[in-house]
Amino acid sequence: MSETILKVANVSKRFGGLQALSDVGITIERGQVYGLIGPNGAGKTTFFNVLTGLYTPDSGSFELAGKPYTPTAVHEVAKAGIARTFQNIRLFPEMTALENVMVGRHVRTRSGLIGAVLRTGSFKQEEAEIKARAMELLEYVGIAKFADYKSRTLSYGDQRRLEIARALATDPKLIALDEPAAGMNATEKVQLRELIDQIRKDNRTILLIEHDVKLVMGLCDRVTVLDYGKQLSSGTPAEVQKDPKVIEAYLGTGGH
Amino acid sequence: MTQNKTGKLIVFIIAAIGLLALPILLQATGSNSWARIVDIALLYVLLALGLNIVVGYAGLLDLGYIAFFAVGAYMYGLLASPHLAENFAAIQAMFPNGLHVNIWLVMIAAAFVAGIVGMILGAPTLKLRGDYLAIITLGFGEIIRIFLLNLDRPVNITNGPKGISQIDPLTVFGFNMGQRHTLSIGDWSYTFQPVTLYYYLFLFFVILAVILSYRLQDSRIGRAWMAIREDEIAAKAMGLNTRNLKLLAFGMGATFGGMSGVLFASFQRFVSPESFSLMESVMVVAMVVLGGIGHIPGVILGALVLAGLPEVLRHVAHPLVELTGGRLGPEILRQLLIALAMVVVMLIRPKGLWPAPEHGKSLAK
Repeated sequence: MSETILKVANVSKRFGGLQALSDVGITIERGQVYGLIGPNGAGKTTFFNVLTGLYTPDSGSFELAGKPYTPTAVHEVAKAGIARTFQNIRLFPEMTALENVMVGRHVRTRSGLIGAVLRTGSFKQEEAEIKARAMELLEYVGIAKFADYKSRTLSYGDQRRLEIARALATDPKLIALDEPAAGMNATEKVQLRELIDQIRKDNRTILLIEHDVKLVMGLCDRVTVLDYGKQLSSGTPAEVQKDPKVIEAYLGTGGH
Repeated sequence: MTQNKTGKLIVFIIAAIGLLALPILLQATGSNSWARIVDIALLYVLLALGLNIVVGYAGLLDLGYIAFFAVGAYMYGLLASPHLAENFAAIQAMFPNGLHVNIWLVMIAAAFVAGIVGMILGAPTLKLRGDYLAIITLGFGEIIRIFLLNLDRPVNITNGPKGISQIDPLTVFGFNMGQRHTLSIGDWSYTFQPVTLYYYLFLFFVILAVILSYRLQDSRIGRAWMAIREDEIAAKAMGLNTRNLKLLAFGMGATFGGMSGVLFASFQRFVSPESFSLMESVMVVAMVVLGGIGHIPGVILGALVLAGLPEVLRHVAHPLVELTGGRLGPEILRQLLIALAMVVVMLIRPKGLWPAPEHGKSLAK
């Protein structure tokens, strides 16, 4: 029996005269990799920003792991259980790889100023746990050997892995990856695919927003295609690929 | 590993002996002026460490930091001098012997009040970054100074530009640090000057501040501050409540400033708005940046260098003044040389005199 992780219905968002999203709805089950694709300006990023609290939607209902979820303040989103990565990698460049992941543990830990100053027993214990978990995640994404390196010194592919490790550190119910393959070469793409596959195998749920149709079709369990803010098609990659509306949006009607 | 530890221990012992012996050597020069210079330098170290939390850790450029120093200094000045009792009959009636609040109480109160003022001043600036934040904090710093300058009318609270004098010296458990004390063992006796006693007190506070800074740095809160400094949007996406964390950084930094203000007032036994000009704020920022932003040993070095350099230059500048036939006054020359020194340091070492190491701490520890 599968469990619904994210259920979004009837999301609309208008910017002045532009209807950026109209009545978009998706349902993601646990353990799925869910792809959201569409041409430039289709509303992928708008949807993503609505989901992560950056924009307030005009209408729409959200449910995260069976509980109603209202994306309001950006910092509440991670606490609620959605962790994201950025299209143009945003790490903490002057902090080490390990420290980057340790920051990800912030929402799941609680020690404050007094514990830090007095170095209480519970502080030390929590600190050790944060460190151990962060190290574990660095190993998981395969960059443990760079734990002590400042994150800006890592290669592009490794920075992407670090960003995913940092997102995993928040114990997310849903991991939202914003164009993770952007700017990657062929080898890096293959490695990224392996990593996403591995994350799925561990029964985690991923929302993948991607430009690279080949990657999405090869990787995702379900796909939604957006165009001009409307939901053009939804289904398995094979179904979506055959949908004439999708073919039209991507290739044109040939009527000119 | 053990060899490394022994080496560290030796360095530590040498440093401790050096720090403890320093004022005795300075006292041996026969005048108090060098010891005073070192005392003031230690206060600057304390200020720089406090500002380092705001600027170095959280990345919030605060150009009005000296205001918190002023808050602490004036709090002690008002609560431990005859000024309030002389001006207000009600206080005179309540404290017939004059107002002499215990310094430790004032210290705690000043830390608290400065922290609150820090948060209040920080609150409107939360959405601002970089240059905009700097301009606003600069304005706030000036507002506090102008308040102190003008609050002598209609009711005389701060005594205006004349400042507050006759402030109580520091008393540690009944031990008056404003007087000479002679330690005698058998035939041998040694007289400690007040400046020497203050040195030890200030040193104690500096060590405390260093320990606090390190502990904050390696903690959940410290990492969150640094994450905000590095990338605020990513920090928010990781679930960090950037508003509260920034306020905490402002408050924590202000606490250090307030406490050093209390120490300053008890050491000088006189406070006036002049001591809290914009130039002072700029100097403290310069100490943090010149030393190595966010790196505690660097910040300490920066504070010592910038606090000590003017005094050293005072002596060096003398022949130059004579050389130019007095046309270049010692003050002008001093400022010229400091500016030159700062430019040279920033050109040669853009990350500061002693920046944080390129790679993080070893996991082995």
